[in-house]
Amino acid sequence: MMFSGLLVPSASPSHMLALGVAPLAHLRPLDIAVIAIYFGMVIWIGFYLKGKSNTSEEFFMAGREMTAWIAGLSFVSANMGSLELMGWAGSAYQYGILATHWYWMGAIPAMLFLGMVMMPFYYVSKTHSVPGYLDLRYGGGARTVAAVSFAAEMILMSGVNMFAMAVVMKVVLGWDITFSILVSSVAVALYVGLGGLRSAIFNEVLQFVLIWGGALLVPILGLVQAGGWDGLKARILTNLGNDNYLHLWRDTGHFSSNPMGVHWTGIVLGLGFVISFGYWTTDFLVVQRVLAAHNLRAARMAPIIGSFFKMAVPFIVILPGLLGLVLLQNGDGSRRQLVGEDVVKSCTASQNHVDDSAGCSAAMQKTNLTAENQQKVLSGGQELHSYNEALPLMMVRYCGPGLLGLGITALIAGFMSGMAGNVSAFSTVWTYDIYKPLINKTGSDSHYVAVGRMAIVIGVAISIGAAYLVMHAQGIMDYVQALFSFFIAPLLGAILMGMFWKRATAPAGFLGLLIGIVTSVGLFVWVKFNPEKLAVVALSPDAKPMAENLYRALWAFLVSVIVIFVVSLFTRPRPVEELNGLVYGATVLPKEDPVPFYKNAWAWAVLVVVLFAALNILFW
Amino acid sequence: MHGSGIPIWFFIGVMLFIYGLLILGYGLDELATGLYPAGVQLAQLHTPIWWGALLLLIGVIYLAKFRPRRSTK
Repeated sequence: MMFSGLLVPSASPSHMLALGVAPLAHLRPLDIAVIAIYFGMVIWIGFYLKGKSNTSEEFFMAGREMTAWIAGLSFVSANMGSLELMGWAGSAYQYGILATHWYWMGAIPAMLFLGMVMMPFYYVSKTHSVPGYLDLRYGGGARTVAAVSFAAEMILMSGVNMFAMAVVMKVVLGWDITFSILVSSVAVALYVGLGGLRSAIFNEVLQFVLIWGGALLVPILGLVQAGGWDGLKARILTNLGNDNYLHLWRDTGHFSSNPMGVHWTGIVLGLGFVISFGYWTTDFLVVQRVLAAHNLRAARMAPIIGSFFKMAVPFIVILPGLLGLVLLQNGDGSRRQLVGEDVVKSCTASQNHVDDSAGCSAAMQKTNLTAENQQKVLSGGQELHSYNEALPLMMVRYCGPGLLGLGITALIAGFMSGMAGNVSAFSTVWTYDIYKPLINKTGSDSHYVAVGRMAIVIGVAISIGAAYLVMHAQGIMDYVQALFSFFIAPLLGAILMGMFWKRATAPAGFLGLLIGIVTSVGLFVWVKFNPEKLAVVALSPDAKPMAENLYRALWAFLVSVIVIFVVSLFTRPRPVEELNGLVYGATVLPKEDPVPFYKNAWAWAVLVVVLFAALNILFW
Repeated sequence: MHGSGIPIWFFIGVMLFIYGLLILGYGLDELATGLYPAGVQLAQLHTPIWWGALLLLIGVIYLAKFRPRRSTK
C-alpha cells in the first residue's frame, strides 16, 4: 500500500470513484458464499487467538514465536495490497515490463540486506519497534519524531486502504461505499483487537494463499489464449509496432527513450537503494513481521524466503497487464484500449451519450484510441475503462462463478490485511513509543495490553473518519501518500549511520532525521508550486513525476547522512561499550550452531542473487 | 506456527478444502448440464474442475499434515 503510494502508479480510488458506470462484474450466490467463508475464517482466527494474546509480548510481538516461513510470507504479504496489484497491472499495461523494477530492483537487494546485515541488530537489541531502535541508539528525541510520524501515517494509510477497498468494491461490484467500510472495519477491529499481531500475521499468510489461489489463473489462461510467451511477444509487436514494452533496462539510458521517463541511475540509486532500502529495512509495518520470528536464524531467513516470492509476484501482476494489452476486447470483438483515469472521468456517459463539455474529445485526442473508437465513445456506444481496471477486467474475462468470487476475495483480503497491518503497527508504536515513555511509564503488563487493544479500536475508528475525509476531499489522498515518502529516506539515513558508524551521536541522529524530513517536504512543495523545478530535482528536463519521487528520496537521504556526519564530529559520542547490540563492530552476535548448507541463510541468499541477476539479464 | 495450538497451515487447509469443494462441485455441475456462464473465455478448458480439484487436494494435504494433535506430554 504505502510502497506504491510513494512510487506513484497505484490505482487511484479517488479517480475511480468518478467512473460511475455499471459495475464490471456481477456476483452469483456461489461467489457470495466464497466471500462470506473468508470473513468467517478471519473472525474464527481472531477468536481462536484471543486466548493466546494475553501478555504484551504475545499481543504486540506475537510471542516472538513465528517460524521463518510464517514471518517471511507475512513480511512479503504486508506489501501485497490490492491497490498495488491493480495499480501495477495497470502500469504494466501502460508502461510494459519496466513496471517489474518495482518488484525486483526495488525490493530484492533491500530484502537481502535486511536479512543478512541489519536483522542481527534489530533482533539482538530486542527492540519492539523501529522507533524503539532509534531510542536505544539516539535517545528519546529521534524516537518521538519517528513514532509520532509513523503513528499518524499508519492511521491515515489505514483510512486510505479502507476507502480504496470501498471504491474498488463499488466499481467492480457496485457495492455501497458505507457498507464496505463498515463491514471491513468491524472485521479488522475484531480480529486484530482479539488476537493482536499474531492475528494480523495469520491473516496475512491467509491473504498470501488467497492471492495466489485467486489471481494465478489469469496469467495461466491468458498465456494459453495468447499462444504462450512467444505468442504474447508477437502480438505486442503487431499491436504496438515496437518491443519497448518487453525490456527492463535496454531503454533506460535516457529519460525520453522509455515510456516511464526514468533513467537507470534513478532506478538503481533512487528506487533500488534509497526508497527500497528505506521501505524494506526501516518501515516498522514490514520489519515488525520479522521481529516476531522465534530466533535469529528464522529472522534472517524470513526476508530471504520472502524475496523468492517477491520475485514471482510479477507473474500474477505484470503479466496480466501485458496480456490485457493484447487480449482485452470490446463487445464487438475489436481490441479494447484502456486509457488514463482522467480520460475516463471526462468521458462518463449519461443518457446514452457523452456530454463533451467535460472535454472528452480533447482528452481522447491525447490517447492512442483510434478515431473509430473515439466516435463510438462519444455516441455512447462504447465504455471507456482505465488502466487500473486491467486486472479486474482480466479476472472477469476468465473467471466464472466461484472462481470470480475467489479473485474478489483475494482483493478484499489484500485490503483487509493492509488495514490490519496498519492498525497493529499503530497499536504497537502508540503503546511502546508514545504512551509508555511519554504518558504512563509505570503501568502493568496487562495495562499496556489493554492500551494496545484500545488503540486498535480507536485506530479503526479514526481510520473510518480518515476514509470519509479522503472521500470528501479526494486530493488529500495524494498528500497522505506523499507524507510517507517524506519520512522514509531520512529515516534510512539515520538508521544506517546509527547501525554502521560508532561515532554517530544522539543530537546528530535527531537533527539528521529532522532536517532530512524538512528537505523532503521542501522539495515536494517546491515542485508542487513550480512544476518546472522538476527538471532541477530530477536532473533532467525530460524527467516525469515518477522520477521526482526517486530523486527527492535520494537528496533527502544524502542530506540526512551529511547532517549526521557533520554534527557527530562536533558532539560527544557514546562509549563503545554502550553500543553493544546496536552498532556494527560494537556488537557481539550470538553464536549460531552449524547447520547443513540447505538451512544456511547465506546459501539461500546467494541463490536469490543468482536468480535475480538471471531474471534481469533474461528480460534486459 | 512454532509452539502449541492450531497452526496457521491448518486454517489454510480448511479454507482451501471448502473452496476446492465448492468450485469443483460447480465445475462438475457445469460439465453435466452443459450450461456455461456467458462471456467467460476458455470455458471449454473446464477451469473450475481442475482448479477446484487442485485447491481441494492441497486443502486435504494441509488438513492431514497440520491437524491439531493432542499433546502426549
